[in-house]
Amino acid sequence: MTVSPVQSGINFPSLPNVRKENGQREVFCGLTSIVWLHRRMPDAFFLVVGSRTCAHLIQSAAGVMIFAEPRFGTAILGERDLAGIADANEELDRVVGDLLSRRPEIRTLFLVGSCPSEVIKLDLGKAAERLNTRYNGSVRVLNYSGSGIETTFTEGEDQALHSMVPLLPSSDEDQLLIVGTLADGVEERFKKLFHRFGISNVHSLPPRISTDLPPIGKGTRILLAQPFLSVTARALISKGAKLINSIYPLGVEGSAQWMMEAAKAFGVNTHQVEQVISPLVNRGRIALAPFRQQLQGKRIFFLPDSQLEIPLARFLCRECGMNLVEVGVPYLDRQIMAPELALLPENTVISEGQHVEYQLERVRSSFPDLVVCGMGLANPLEAEGITTKWSIELVFSPIHGCDQAADLAELFTRPLSRRSLLRWE
Amino acid sequence: MELTLWTYEGPPHVGAMRIATSMEGLHYILHAPQGDTYADLLFTMIERSDRRPPVTYTTFQARDLGGDTADLVKRSIAEAVNRFQPETLLVGESCTAELIQDQPGALASGMNLGIPVVTLDLPAYSKKENWGAAETFYQLVRTLLKSELPYSKKQKPSQWRVEKRRPRVNLLGPSLLGFRCRDDIREITILLASLGIEVNVVAPLGAKPSDLMRLPLGDLNICLYPEVAAPLCNWLERNFGMHIVRTIPIGIGATQAFIEEVCTLLGLSIPLVNNIQQSSRMPWYSQSVDSTYLTGKRVFIFGDATHAIAAARVASKELGFQVVGLGTYSRELAREVRSAAEEFGLEALITDNYLLVEQAMAEAAPELVLGTQMERHSAKRLGIPCAVISAPLHVQDVPARYSPQMGWEGASVIFDSWVHPLMMGLEEHLIGMFRHDFEFVDGHLSHLEGATAPDQGLKTTVQTTKNSSNSAEELMWTSSGELELSRIPFFVRGKVRKNTEAFARERGISEISDEVLYEAKAHYNR
Repeated sequence: MTVSPVQSGINFPSLPNVRKENGQREVFCGLTSIVWLHRRMPDAFFLVVGSRTCAHLIQSAAGVMIFAEPRFGTAILGERDLAGIADANEELDRVVGDLLSRRPEIRTLFLVGSCPSEVIKLDLGKAAERLNTRYNGSVRVLNYSGSGIETTFTEGEDQALHSMVPLLPSSDEDQLLIVGTLADGVEERFKKLFHRFGISNVHSLPPRISTDLPPIGKGTRILLAQPFLSVTARALISKGAKLINSIYPLGVEGSAQWMMEAAKAFGVNTHQVEQVISPLVNRGRIALAPFRQQLQGKRIFFLPDSQLEIPLARFLCRECGMNLVEVGVPYLDRQIMAPELALLPENTVISEGQHVEYQLERVRSSFPDLVVCGMGLANPLEAEGITTKWSIELVFSPIHGCDQAADLAELFTRPLSRRSLLRWE
Repeated sequence: MELTLWTYEGPPHVGAMRIATSMEGLHYILHAPQGDTYADLLFTMIERSDRRPPVTYTTFQARDLGGDTADLVKRSIAEAVNRFQPETLLVGESCTAELIQDQPGALASGMNLGIPVVTLDLPAYSKKENWGAAETFYQLVRTLLKSELPYSKKQKPSQWRVEKRRPRVNLLGPSLLGFRCRDDIREITILLASLGIEVNVVAPLGAKPSDLMRLPLGDLNICLYPEVAAPLCNWLERNFGMHIVRTIPIGIGATQAFIEEVCTLLGLSIPLVNNIQQSSRMPWYSQSVDSTYLTGKRVFIFGDATHAIAAARVASKELGFQVVGLGTYSRELAREVRSAAEEFGLEALITDNYLLVEQAMAEAAPELVLGTQMERHSAKRLGIPCAVISAPLHVQDVPARYSPQMGWEGASVIFDSWVHPLMMGLEEHLIGMFRHDFEFVDGHLSHLEGATAPDQGLKTTVQTTKNSSNSAEELMWTSSGELELSRIPFFVRGKVRKNTEAFARERGISEISDEVLYEAKAHYNR
């Protein structure tokens, strides 16, 4: 790695309170990232190579939407594949052939590895190479792993973006590259704001069209929109890009600082930055005020899920006045998260990993006002009288930017308001 | 390797989870990688369950594979038994764990847990969800009743008379993630009570392992969902001499046949049910003149075997539809579906390949599709109205309101939900007469808010025809032919196009004009 993501000036916290836990984990695997990536890049197809379980997972997560043309599928391994009777590579080629003849409009095909394909060591990297040669130019075939044994939920996006890095055209032109899936409206808004700074060359990864890949090179500065992109960030850095160090664009403070750091990296003068950002900050704070009133002093408990937990905790604590009981993360990249950690109150309890039964005992005994957790736990906790905010929604909602800070806070006040609203007597 | 866009059934361990979660006092240790806990959502979100499924996952990760995963299994078992204190333990593997072969069942048996342990051997790469549920249910009861064998008191179903008590029956098969099981049990329990019959045990839904011990005390086993309960019912018949009621009471006729079968076996007199219109509104609704336009509507049916067979009979005999396609993904019950399809002069479609179902649907050009959650995708693509009759289901098919499929009320529910997606009679007439309206355009279903895409179905049908035969490309529709075709009401247009093309091909006509269309119409009316 050429550039450390952590600038020397930032106060690296000592993290005395990180609890490491091992046991049953109640989290999604990386395959789940397909549920939003297929919408971001409608011309891509995600073919999981795995078992019926994998197919069942994705359709259970996305199956409530009705598709005229599905954009993901599974090549289900059979007994013949496992016994080595069928040549797995020939089989895969046949399946991909069938798929592409049915869906000739596909431009990028992701072969997504799963637990079964990883355990039997099916080399999807080689397969992607081979298929690329075969479909020379008409379809790009990429490969990444979304297996549960290796990836947790949003890490699937990290792996998917990482697989696209080698395809990025090379250019040393000065440009800003926003990395991580953003809602379309949010993305456009950010681009407009960067233009006001005079940063006109702004690209996104992932792009909206899978073949419309942003260039990368020495002039590229990358700005992470999501906190779960360690692997992608490092791959981009190794291509010569420089990482802009910042907290993540959640909340007014996070978003302002995120844009400010980008402006600084491009040498925009302070006055101009102030001029663009301060009206946003003022407006954002005003919009946030009523939600702050509702959230102030409330106690929140995060169960591990997406790695958005730490930035969210920072936002809810600093801008909404909430108290943090425990902040659980599936894993903690200390470097990428360092600027965020520095802003959390001292003695914040952070837990890495999970033993779900122990963690639930801590939830019950601390009886927080709000628990952020997955859908497997949300209804059962509600039935125990504990208010929850199911976490997957945070990955599907436009929550980034100063203008979205109030909307983000509203996601957390909604379950609380609902609980006080409903009356059965 | 098999390309799957949608899968009708989950892996077999999800079937096992359905048994464990439907019951109480039963815990399931599942050796599975991190991420497989997604299955909890099926219960907490789709079934809207208010508690966590009684499943402990080992959730191993890549780094565990280097170490001792067997030890991880043992730790999980010990912790779960200690924490949840179940009456009985199920132990099994998911697909990935099956590859690393830790033998969790054998490990559990060696731990002297002091409770019955059922080892599940569910081959994830060859079997599926329903098979997994049926196998789990069967192995569970077999383990629990092992001590009763050989059973000496094999009895007749009419034993209740000798013992001077009411007859009592077991309702077997209802489970979570089954289609409307919750309300079917209630409806059938009410129905049986009206005949003076008590329910001994309902299982797996709501039963404890101790309840399963009481199964042999029933006079009969009612196999409500053969997909889940058939192997168990057969085993109970062989070992405990218990007779099986196999009629599935979905629809008016089937409910009557069910009552007759139960009463005959129990030695009860068969009650007169000639006044069924009082028991269910469906017969009168179906006879009333408003339903006349339903006559001969072409319907394509696909689902699990139980619901598909029942739907075909209801559709043809009780609603007057024409069944133009019948199929199932339940291979275990393929024979039953084949013989049901023969009654309609059809060849049953037995497949779990969603694409083949879609193709068959396009070729049959139906006006209504009765299928699963998956058929809603194909029906959307083809622009055909659709109602769900079978699992796999999604959250909207676990409604808050009372919505059985079985018994008298079930028939009423069926009438409403199958007729609803169709165009209402008056609108159907008016769209056939006037096609220049700015609001009620071709394919518009105004009672459903928002129109279905008008010509989409047509286009896809054309594509499929091209794939299926080369000669279709030689056929040419003249502008007069196209114009006349566009005047055919949209829901039968697909069929008319097919018939006309077939007619033209038969006679070697290469250009299809309006006259050819009318000749074909007259030909097929004959």
